[in-house]
Amino acid sequence: MENREFNVVGKSIKKIDALALATGEVKFTADIEMPGMLHIAFLYSPHPHAEIVDIDTEEAKNIPGVVLVLTYRDVPDTLHTTAGQGYPEPSPYDTRILDKRVRFVGDRVAIVAAETKEIAEEALKKIKVKYRELPYNLDPEKAEESEQIPPEDAYHLLPTVYEPSKNLAASVELSFGDVEKGFSDADFVLEERFEVQYANHCAIEPHAAVAFYDERGRLNIISTTQVPFHVRRIVSRVLGIPLKNLRVIKPRIGGGFGGKQEVFLEQVVALVTYMTKRPSKVVFSRKEVFVSSRTRHPMITWYKVGAKRDTGEITSLYLKALMNAGAYGPHALTVMANAGSKVLPLFNKIKNLKFEGFSVYTNLPVGGAYRGYGATQGYFGYNVMLDMIAEKLGIDTLEFFKKWHIKKGETSPIFEELGEGKEGVSQIIRSCGLSECIEKGAKAIGWYEKRRKRIKNGDKVRGVGAAILMQGSGIPKIDMGAAYMKMNEDGSFNLHIGATDIGTGSDTILAQIAAEEIGTSVDKIIVYSSDTDFTPFDVGAYASSTTYISGGAVLKCAKKIRKEILKVAQEMLNVPEDALYIENGTVYTRDGQQKVSFQDIVIYSLYTKNQHQIQAVASHIGLESPPPFMAQFAEIEVDIRIGRIEVIKFVSAVDCGKPINPVLVEGQVEGATVNGIGYALWEDYVFDEKGRVKNASFWDYKIPSIRDIPEIEVIICETYEPTGPHGAKSVAEIGINGPIPAIANAVYDAIGIRLTKTPFTPERVLKAIKSQGIKL
Amino acid sequence: MRGVFIINGQRKEIEFAPHKRLLDVLRENGYTEVKEGCREGECGACVVLLDGKPVNSCQVLAASVMEKEIITVRGLGTIHKPHPIEEAFVEAGAVQCGFCTPGMIISTYALLKENPDPEDDDIKRALDGNLCRCTGYVKITKAVKLASKKVKKDGK
Repeated sequence: MENREFNVVGKSIKKIDALALATGEVKFTADIEMPGMLHIAFLYSPHPHAEIVDIDTEEAKNIPGVVLVLTYRDVPDTLHTTAGQGYPEPSPYDTRILDKRVRFVGDRVAIVAAETKEIAEEALKKIKVKYRELPYNLDPEKAEESEQIPPEDAYHLLPTVYEPSKNLAASVELSFGDVEKGFSDADFVLEERFEVQYANHCAIEPHAAVAFYDERGRLNIISTTQVPFHVRRIVSRVLGIPLKNLRVIKPRIGGGFGGKQEVFLEQVVALVTYMTKRPSKVVFSRKEVFVSSRTRHPMITWYKVGAKRDTGEITSLYLKALMNAGAYGPHALTVMANAGSKVLPLFNKIKNLKFEGFSVYTNLPVGGAYRGYGATQGYFGYNVMLDMIAEKLGIDTLEFFKKWHIKKGETSPIFEELGEGKEGVSQIIRSCGLSECIEKGAKAIGWYEKRRKRIKNGDKVRGVGAAILMQGSGIPKIDMGAAYMKMNEDGSFNLHIGATDIGTGSDTILAQIAAEEIGTSVDKIIVYSSDTDFTPFDVGAYASSTTYISGGAVLKCAKKIRKEILKVAQEMLNVPEDALYIENGTVYTRDGQQKVSFQDIVIYSLYTKNQHQIQAVASHIGLESPPPFMAQFAEIEVDIRIGRIEVIKFVSAVDCGKPINPVLVEGQVEGATVNGIGYALWEDYVFDEKGRVKNASFWDYKIPSIRDIPEIEVIICETYEPTGPHGAKSVAEIGINGPIPAIANAVYDAIGIRLTKTPFTPERVLKAIKSQGIKL
Repeated sequence: MRGVFIINGQRKEIEFAPHKRLLDVLRENGYTEVKEGCREGECGACVVLLDGKPVNSCQVLAASVMEKEIITVRGLGTIHKPHPIEEAFVEAGAVQCGFCTPGMIISTYALLKENPDPEDDDIKRALDGNLCRCTGYVKITKAVKLASKKVKKDGK
């Protein structure tokens, strides 16, 4: 594929569902009510680790309006992972719907279904549970010697490391060259430990699920999911309901960010409806979202880097990552592995490199997929180390970045060696606009005017810092998306895709890709997505895959439709195919003598001669995972008296290949950036000594509001990715990875303090000032 | 108990339990455009106009607002006849997942009624109680400014 003039792609077409959302017409999962619907509530463990010795539900069952009280004795005990990943999942099968043992404060003990939510909640109070408390551990560094957390019979499907008796949920090792020799060849070696914290996705829509039987007796599930097809597969297996009897529908979703790639409510509503033959619904409270859904995995990283003073060559790099998986292991392997695989290829000329990653169980809330997916955790230390090396070398950090970052035509051995639960896929970078991102971003932030200037205003000192990043576009040779299209009598098209729009605008993007290829406009494309009965398969919305993978399927499908249209036109006009071209819904002969509209073509095909439906279906897997690139810049001001960091301006310059819809690209980057700033400065879980979350509300867990945001600038540095649909790569995740290191590097620029633990609260900044001493 | 609420210009007699919040009474009677994001008065997804003032409906006891005028986002416009603020949010790219949008639009409506030409700081103050996790608020600020122009033009 090559770059060309586009009619629909590259245009900021209005999101096709935006008006329905803005006018409140749309029904989200929690808005669905049905006659006779049961409402579900959960009883949660008050202990970090305990065995249920006795559980008495009699009194709860006797409350009028209570229909079902379920304990571990009453539900299927199939081990599974709640990670909504492709099969076989790279996450361990360590979870049951309910278990005799509870593993963190907030783990499930019982399920109540009642006529109303209020009755269900009342009944929870009447369930009497006797626990035998077990030793527990909240410290990932002490996981190995602690009481075993996962079930004795937990297992995993892939040939990866899994040692439940040591609380080891996963580990990976990757090395090439000779790391020790690399360090001895270095003129200087730098070492540092970094740590990032728990965080919540905080989609404004809480998790919810609905189940009901349709008129044919099939069990339907509507849920706030990023992965409807994985939901169907997992629910079928866990409950033993034949897959053909299940239908999963994703309505509009109020934000996902990875938090809704988890399947933990669908099996419960399905079970309640299966047992009662009545519709059922569960809607999480905000507190439940914080405590009992999924979180960002906290991670400790140790970096050791050696470099040559004259050339600046990094002779050796060692990264050890210790990830806290929490009480269960969804994404325990892959998030941790991505801290290496999405980070380390960026400086691809390092000859000696070693990465060791460990994921461990603790008696704390459960980690899961979260925008950035390991890269966020890995890039903190990586970019701070690069800033430290550049300083040691006495050169500008940006020059150091530009000299050594991976470029078009180059590769990294890591692509091939480190994949998702198996080996990776080797690839050559076919598009890279990172140097341009660095240059344009530097200009926008005023790098050369502000860097190393330490402009003071009373107690406040300003600084600028930068970070560079890459991510991926789907999981190569694993992720698959499919699309179906048919043509209607007015020249419009139905586009049916398994792809899952969770608010990102993928329905719009995919319509643009189709319209461009067919030669029509977006308003002629009627998009229907994410319904396991009526759309073809798609892995779902994760791993920055939809534009690239599902978009690839839509492009193939549209190419076939285009061919079909031309075939009919050829028959109608009695000319060879190559004598025809399409423009704006009409087929013309190149000699300008004849034309026929899409409408005429489809009427002919349906009613006139050789009658058939113009239609096509196509599947697509990514053979590579071309990384988008980004350079992010923070200008900050530190109040050295109170330790407060204020971000004055933030610039994100991104190469996502050809931006299919620039306003939606900006929206992805702006949203990710602000989420990243919140993670860098404020967002954190506060635990008591038993691992109970003490700040499970928006009042106590601070996410950015409109008042907290600095001036934000997004710069699109367009490239063309030859393997992507119309030149596109992904964009959704990358922007969340840079705020932490960019801000940390800016703080160093301002006051000479290296921050190594997030969030950068005033307390931590003051402590660092005291321990490191201000070098102004 | 029974009570009359004037919702989007229509008098509605509704049966409800005395402890119910306005949010629940609205949602249980089909006004699901009023969203529940936190139930603790922090996220702003449930903002409605109560006698012209924006309130978090999860923090209002329904029994205390009988006979009062309540406006939800569907009272401003519809998909067939959208309000200029709704159009502005669409055009500016301020709608991503759309879950916070009804509340955002109501808060914007209240702001523009008071102040037809808001500056950045006015917008920040007025929308501080409406959380959004998707947009980073950049396009939302743009949408409010665009809405200000549109509303003045339309005289709404």
